[in-house]
Amino acid sequence: MSGPRDIHEYLGEFEDIPGTRVYTAARARQGYHLNQFAMSLMKAENRTRWLANEAAYLDEWPMTQDQKAAVLARDYNLLLDLGGNIYFLAKVFSTDGLSFLQAVSTMTGMSVEEYSAMMNAGGRSPEGVRSITANRAAEGDAAIRKQR
Amino acid sequence: MGRITAGIASSHVPLLGVAADMGKHRDAYFAPIFEGYDWTREWIARPEVKPDVVILVYNDHASAFDMKIIPTFAIGCGERYKPADEGWGPRKVPDVEGHPDLAWHIAQSLILDEFDMTIINEMDVDHGLTVPLTMMYGAPDAWPVKVIPLAVNVVTYPPPSGNRCWALGEAIARAVQSYDQDLNVQIWGTGGMSHQLQGPRAGLINAEWDAMFLDGMVGTTQKLRAIPHIEYLRETGSEGIEMVMWLIMRGALGRETRALHRHYHVPCSNTAIGHIVLEPVDGTVPPSPTLEGNNAAAQAAI
Repeated sequence: MSGPRDIHEYLGEFEDIPGTRVYTAARARQGYHLNQFAMSLMKAENRTRWLANEAAYLDEWPMTQDQKAAVLARDYNLLLDLGGNIYFLAKVFSTDGLSFLQAVSTMTGMSVEEYSAMMNAGGRSPEGVRSITANRAAEGDAAIRKQR
Repeated sequence: MGRITAGIASSHVPLLGVAADMGKHRDAYFAPIFEGYDWTREWIARPEVKPDVVILVYNDHASAFDMKIIPTFAIGCGERYKPADEGWGPRKVPDVEGHPDLAWHIAQSLILDEFDMTIINEMDVDHGLTVPLTMMYGAPDAWPVKVIPLAVNVVTYPPPSGNRCWALGEAIARAVQSYDQDLNVQIWGTGGMSHQLQGPRAGLINAEWDAMFLDGMVGTTQKLRAIPHIEYLRETGSEGIEMVMWLIMRGALGRETRALHRHYHVPCSNTAIGHIVLEPVDGTVPPSPTLEGNNAAAQAAI
């Protein structure tokens, strides 16, 4: 009923969604230690050690320098690019005392207030953010119409 | 024999647990959400409705499972489960009591039906499981129902297809029907509806699509089982994929359902809240397609 599919085509479609990092196996591999580091903050004693010296705590994990720097900067969009998963990264922002709404808003280029207002008004519309390819095609059509 | 008497779908946003635990659930922000569950709380307490066991389909959010082990479908066969510490201390809600006898029966039956389940004897349960209990039962001293946790991977791609989830639901129905004690069993599918918690597109909500999905849970239609992953991602945000778990519930209710109650509200934090209560009109599910599922000796051994 779901039909046969080519796995490369299946995975390729995920890269066509604007502003979205689907947590694929490739990202799971890239971010394994990053996510396991974040997971360690589930334990109260680890949170205490982490808060006392973040850089030293990170050095206990076989993460890349880019990943460590992105964690210290709380750059969540970059962390997604480096293989982080939001449910694991949630341990980091929860330890910072941020709610999901506060932390998620930092990835959107909006202030918390602007983001909250958008959610209270019904959220972000899917119009225009479904497909990068479709958006490019629409832009192309618009440009052609303009030339005429 | 066991009887699946109803199915419930509900979002499981962690903020709902926080609101309930802090007594804020009737504040202006939360009241429109919780009021949508008032009907269900009254209904589920009725003697003729009250389930003995709930099969609670949910996903773990980096609590019991981390990246070390990623089971696609896992069933809890333990005696009891404690609320997980998700990074800010465990919720102060009662422990969740399991039903190991029915859970093991279902696990065995599913494996003979060629659903290769992971079996869990010990784990903590996070908001994915405890928030729906709070929404349906409020804040009792002990949960008035036994719970069989059924955890689905919807975090690391690929998650199971909607079609596979529906078929698992049908196999769960066969398993419950072949249980030798009379039990009133409900099945709950949790998570959703549209939401995206990551990236510049975060905050996506698609009320129109969510309404289509709620409509598709009712009646004899099976169109929801053919929705591919990419459609959930494009239309409902990266975390909307949780809705495949609703299809396990729907599959278990059989050929035809009727809606008893329906509720939808935007927003709760980053998420569209959806809730529907269904009962089977015709609970017929297809017979087991497998060798061992049709082997009397094998079936007698479980």
